[in-house]
Amino acid sequence: MEAHSAPETPFRTSLAIQGRVIWALLMREVLTRYGRHNIGFLWLFVEPMMFTLGVTALWTATKSVHGSDLPIVAFAITGYSSVLLWRNMPARCIDAIDPNRSLLFHRNVRVIDIFFTRILLEAAGATSSLMVLGTLFVLTGQMSPPEDVLQVIGGWVMLAWFGAALAIFLGAASEKSEIIHKLWHPVSYLMFPLSGAAFLLSALPPQAQAILKYLPMINGTEYLREGFFGSKIHAIYDMPYMLACNMVLSILGLSILRVVADEVIPE
Amino acid sequence: MIELEDVVKDYKTNSGPVRVLDRVNLRVHPGQQLGILGRNGAGKSTMIRLISGTELPTAGSVRRTMSVSWPLAFGGAFQGTLTGYDNLRFICRVYGVDPADCVDFVEDFSELGIYLREPIRSYSSGMRARLAFAISMTVDFDCYLIDEIIAVGDARFHAKCMVELFEKRADKAKIIVSHDPGYVRQHCHNAAVLSDGKLTYFDDLDPAFEHYAEVTSARAAD
Repeated sequence: MEAHSAPETPFRTSLAIQGRVIWALLMREVLTRYGRHNIGFLWLFVEPMMFTLGVTALWTATKSVHGSDLPIVAFAITGYSSVLLWRNMPARCIDAIDPNRSLLFHRNVRVIDIFFTRILLEAAGATSSLMVLGTLFVLTGQMSPPEDVLQVIGGWVMLAWFGAALAIFLGAASEKSEIIHKLWHPVSYLMFPLSGAAFLLSALPPQAQAILKYLPMINGTEYLREGFFGSKIHAIYDMPYMLACNMVLSILGLSILRVVADEVIPE
Repeated sequence: MIELEDVVKDYKTNSGPVRVLDRVNLRVHPGQQLGILGRNGAGKSTMIRLISGTELPTAGSVRRTMSVSWPLAFGGAFQGTLTGYDNLRFICRVYGVDPADCVDFVEDFSELGIYLREPIRSYSSGMRARLAFAISMTVDFDCYLIDEIIAVGDARFHAKCMVELFEKRADKAKIIVSHDPGYVRQHCHNAAVLSDGKLTYFDDLDPAFEHYAEVTSARAAD
């Protein structure tokens, strides 16, 4: 593209600069979001933990029907943590450019660094929340340890990738059109009950299964749950399909980001 | 060296695209003191942003082979909810400078004392400008970009900034944009005039001022 100057900076130098910038943004973001008062940055995972615990308590109290004989606690923790993972990243990246516009005066701070920072923070928060709650409930005997830890990690990484790609796509698109911001709230709210957090796909009628299996996150959640509960459940998923979705979404997101980053005007 | 080659910058407006810079060429050598003159709205700030790399050209290229500062007069680039110290640490991290090496300088130069521990939103505009200037002096650049006359606090503090920038850093290149020929005469060796999206470069100051007077009066006569 002729609008760009020839790349004269070696890749390793660029990588070091980007690392530095993202680290600076991370420290700044943690301070602006959580401050130095009370528990400070611990809110990073205490906040998602409170959500998960609340939902777990609600589902336990209402004896939610979820289509298996798994303990509700284990079911809620795996399900709701997955939702937090892919839903919070886009939520934090939509309209993320505006409050950070003044930082773009520093040449090496680019829009993608702002998104990466927020995605990393959300991933760290959701992951530590799952690990802390999981450990807690395993130790207290509320749930059994995962049968296949590697598969759990695999499912988690796929869900995180999906969330990150969606976040970059929606974050960049929200700079182009405010409709994104307006649509995200209802859509994310409606996606929650459909995303497999509250049911196993195999418990649904075949007609519903046929439609819902096209939601990428449902595949990740089912895969993750199979890693947790193994033979106790019948998981339905198509990981190559989810991989394809993630890749297409990543390419779309990065393309829009490229356009937006070229046009963005600092304050 | 900074090289601008056929740089074009368009902005989208509600009345269609507007061409702010039209095939601008410029070369700035290490140590050069260059003034860019232009009326309000001539595109001076756009020039500075393109040179600093905060914005990208619509067409053409900007090449930098020396380190270039961010646009200095700017009191922003700071987070209001963070303290002065936090903002200093942020800038240090972004530019790879050890904060420990500059805390003393910033404390001493900004004269902000205990307020460095307070959120910036509680600062007056003068305090903000003092912090901004002090922080921008902590990173060593080969070329400083100065947008308009740096409005920093009172006359005494302003003089202190001038010493820091033009005496202690006399060997560093500077690009100063202004609408005031007097300011350019005081600090620059060469000047360029920005008018109707075109940039005209002059090795000597006097022809530049004559040209600037011509385009300014031509505009006034319209």
